[in-house]
Amino acid sequence: MKVLGYQLPGMSSLILWGLLWEIVGRLGVTFFIPPLSEVFQTLFSIIGTPVFLKAISETAYAFVAGVTSAIVIGVPVGILMGKSRLLDELLLPWVNIFLSAPLTALVPVLMVLFGFGMKSIIIITTLFAIWIIILNSRAGVMQINRSLVEMAHCFGASPMDAFTKVYFWAALPEILGGIRIGVIRAVKGVIIGQLLISIVGFGALFELYSANFLMGHFWAVLIVLFALAFTISEFLAYLERRVRYYASER
Amino acid sequence: MAMSQTRVAPKRGDEHDVEYAVSVRDVSKNYGDVEALKDLSLDFPRGQLTSILGPSGCGKTTLLKIIAGLLSPTSGEVEVNGKAVTGPGPDRAFVFQDFALLPWASVIRNVAFGLELRGVARSERESIAQKYIQNVGLGGFENSFPHELSGGMRQRVGLARALSVDAQVLLMDEPFSAVDEQTRRKFQEDLLSLVQQESRTFIFVTHSIEEAVYVSDQIAILLPRPSRVSEIIKPTGIRNKGTDDIRRDPEYLDIVDRIWASLRSYVE
Ligand SMILES: Nc1ncnc2c1ncn2[C@@H]1O[C@H](COP(=O)(O)OP(=O)(O)OP(=O)(O)O)[C@@H](O)[C@H]1O
Ligand SMILES: [Mg+2]
Repeated sequence: MKVLGYQLPGMSSLILWGLLWEIVGRLGVTFFIPPLSEVFQTLFSIIGTPVFLKAISETAYAFVAGVTSAIVIGVPVGILMGKSRLLDELLLPWVNIFLSAPLTALVPVLMVLFGFGMKSIIIITTLFAIWIIILNSRAGVMQINRSLVEMAHCFGASPMDAFTKVYFWAALPEILGGIRIGVIRAVKGVIIGQLLISIVGFGALFELYSANFLMGHFWAVLIVLFALAFTISEFLAYLERRVRYYASER
Repeated sequence: MAMSQTRVAPKRGDEHDVEYAVSVRDVSKNYGDVEALKDLSLDFPRGQLTSILGPSGCGKTTLLKIIAGLLSPTSGEVEVNGKAVTGPGPDRAFVFQDFALLPWASVIRNVAFGLELRGVARSERESIAQKYIQNVGLGGFENSFPHELSGGMRQRVGLARALSVDAQVLLMDEPFSAVDEQTRRKFQEDLLSLVQQESRTFIFVTHSIEEAVYVSDQIAILLPRPSRVSEIIKPTGIRNKGTDDIRRDPEYLDIVDRIWASLRSYVE
């Protein structure tokens, strides 16, 4: 953004919105919006408390476990679908259905099946992330330049070599793209799971704060979550850019 | 000029000891309904350079890939050193028309990739690769990546990769198509000396009549689909001239004209 010929640093418009928030908060329009400065004060006061740390570590645990299993299962399944016609025909309809399905509706079923705890939340997170990861890995493998495959074959690559030295790298930009979108969806999954199950992590906190009309606390936690999700997504976008240079060349 | 339907059975009296590195016998290839090759037979003398010349889409790449073992013919067979081809093998190396470089790997890793797949230790394969990188004139670009190179330079990387695996037969699919005219001439000269130095068999696909006559021991002219060999020309008279004199040689000009005469009817 440029103002009066000066190049402002990225996202400086946030300052404007922050100011607006502060003013609306001070005007006392609604109890729902306390001034931003107050929210930040609350934020710093709760950020070290055991309740908060417990919530964040539980969330992190569910998130990491969910994303890891989505990647560990999703990437190979996607690559195999890209290489095998049969597997593709069998699985693709399901992947597409689950990709667009309102997964939130499944949460009650999962709670019945896996209980009201961490396990369900991890599974929900995985379910949110995995489909797009599968689909992108599959697309990555399917668009590999025929010549590269022939080249590997021609110079005597074993199937294992072809997989680790050609297929994986050629599909990497798409795989990373899928993982980035998957991770963003996983953030939603982990929060939705916690809210619905609401006895673990931030779900419990939100429950507590909103039941007691602690809006400052509520916003503080929300800001933390948004910032975390944004940071993770930016980091993955950065990784993606690092391999982008060859994506157009394959 | 009448076109001689030369069958390729060896009939040169004093050359009957010539061995063929590659023989293609009655090969046909259909892609669905498209007949790309039909009953094509051709022999490639060992240690010599044979060009395959023909209009675009006539099946030159198809023929080369069948010899490489990347495609299997619909009928007919190919022998390399007397053994029937069933798939790719270390006795053949391929230079791809579209380079087929690994975009995520440096020049030296690309050149050494054939050796890497054969399990050659890193230091050894890199020193071999280094030698051929110098040979094709890419010294100093070892650590560049393909996207940082021009089309001609990428093509040379593909060439160096094929040279470094020490295969008996080199299959080159229009290896000079992406270089400028000056570099192209330089490459043609280099190729001539390479054929003389190395006891390898070169199979060389090209669009350019001049190029074919300049570098080849034998030129096979393919007709448009379904392709077969219409004529085989051996520019033997100009082969032992110096690289600078060939283009001025009357026989060279003669052969170029003759080939043009047989091909022009298909262009019009
Ligand atoms: N995979 C394929 N599927 C269907 N048809 C194909 C396929 N590959 C090649 N063909 C057809 O076979 C014919 C020969 O193709 P080929 O690539 O061998 O020609 P070429 O002589 O190498 O052409 P160019 O000089 O343009 O490289 C073409 O008409 C093409 O349309
Ligand atoms: Mg071709």
